[in-house]
Amino acid sequence: MTDAAAPRPAMRRTIPPQVVGLSSLVAFFLSMELLIQTGVINRFIVPPPSDIIGSFGRVIVEENVFGRFLLTLSECLIAGVLLTVVGVGGGVLMHRFKLLQQACETWVAAMASAPIVLMYPLFLVIFGRSMWTMIMMGFVAALPPVILKTLEGLSSTRKVLVNVGRSFNLTPSQQFWKILFPAALPTIFVGIRLGLIFALINIVGVEFLINFGGLGQLINELAERYDLPGTYAAICFVILVSILFFMTLEKIERWLRPFD
Amino acid sequence: MAETLRLKPAAVSAPAVSQVTVLRVVIILTLLASWELLARSGWLYRDVVPSLFAISRAIFDLLSHGEYYFHLAVTAGEIGTALLIGGLAGLAVGILLGANRYLAKAFEPYLYYLGPTPKIIFFPIMIMWFGVGPGSKIALGTLSCFFPVALSAAAGMRGIDKVLIRVGKSFRASTWQMVTKVYLPAMRHPIINGVRLGLGVALIGTLLAETKLSNKGIGFLIINAYSTFDMPRMYAMLIVLFVLSIGANALVGRLGGLDGIKRV
Repeated sequence: MTDAAAPRPAMRRTIPPQVVGLSSLVAFFLSMELLIQTGVINRFIVPPPSDIIGSFGRVIVEENVFGRFLLTLSECLIAGVLLTVVGVGGGVLMHRFKLLQQACETWVAAMASAPIVLMYPLFLVIFGRSMWTMIMMGFVAALPPVILKTLEGLSSTRKVLVNVGRSFNLTPSQQFWKILFPAALPTIFVGIRLGLIFALINIVGVEFLINFGGLGQLINELAERYDLPGTYAAICFVILVSILFFMTLEKIERWLRPFD
Repeated sequence: MAETLRLKPAAVSAPAVSQVTVLRVVIILTLLASWELLARSGWLYRDVVPSLFAISRAIFDLLSHGEYYFHLAVTAGEIGTALLIGGLAGLAVGILLGANRYLAKAFEPYLYYLGPTPKIIFFPIMIMWFGVGPGSKIALGTLSCFFPVALSAAAGMRGIDKVLIRVGKSFRASTWQMVTKVYLPAMRHPIINGVRLGLGVALIGTLLAETKLSNKGIGFLIINAYSTFDMPRMYAMLIVLFVLSIGANALVGRLGGLDGIKRV
């Protein structure tokens, strides 16, 4: 960090910032390794990075990481399908019936700021210790942004497009499928992307909390076994997975709206 | 005649109860009635959907006992501390990254991609570092709220009108003066938005950590109600918690001069 904090102007021109970022990260891990190896930091609290890297292979092979990854991913995708159907459907319905929108939009926005994931014990009672607890939790917690973004997309369709539809005497259904929906699609996808990210966060979180299912449970199990390098490795793995998930969604979004 | 002309539009434009209010009341009443019907029907396991009377009694019991307020104070203290530490750290990092394009290019991608990862999975590490007491919950809340505040502050810093910065510099303001007199006031809205997002995630992080491992706090009470299968009490606590958190979120927005409580 210190080498990057005040790069000299000449350095700025020669060293690309990405290199500085990456080398700071490497320097951080190296200094942690040094501090742990010399006993300044207790290795029973923070395992040395070399141990964490070493345990990656073991965790991947012995703990069936790939199967767990697929399980979490499938939970997330089912939640995503539910989110798309109910969330986009709800947004469309609220846009179609203005009175409903006026009555409920504030409620949906309020739910977006409520800690919905705290309802997981309730979902545990209703759905039992099954993957449906995770799926429904991910779905419900991520629903408000999808509804709000759909509504935003439909409401912000350019007036001129709507007027073109009117001038062609389109029926309400044609007006929706030919004008409103295509115009709102990019914003709707932003909502679905946000929803999928929220769903992943909540699903992994609930898996960890109730010790059941895919990647979240892996961390809990390794922590309960006091396998510290394994726990750290599993956490790194989950972070990598969520970053990749996030990046993939961004790529798809960019591909869907190439003109922005 | 003049009297009727004056009265008529008023009567049309402002009916005693607006249609929206009527619809809201109808929706709420329908939901409550179907809930009660479901509770009495016996279709679901007993107590999964408790009767509204049982829930209201549980809310009354909850709010009339001092014990709840003790736990509420513990959780509020943890969230407040987390928001203070994480918010200030996020603000400092955000200002630094927002002010320097080189640093932003070097480090902001890490913040951007680490932001939307599940933070609760760090809880085992936090327990190792800060113990099983409030420390680990505060740490998790801090970690959760650092990212949205830092990213909002960095974006807000870049969005400041260049003229304001030039005015500050032409008055030869020191760095501290620039931060307190130009940057912070000009970034008020993005910062308040970041704090609102931060408050939301700090609240979730702290409470989830409490449900995992603790012996006090609202999260502990909720998981305790689950383990004793006291469903009306659990519903009561969730309802009160939702009201409090939505209220807190709206309050932060109102204090910052933002309209509504949208966060996406």
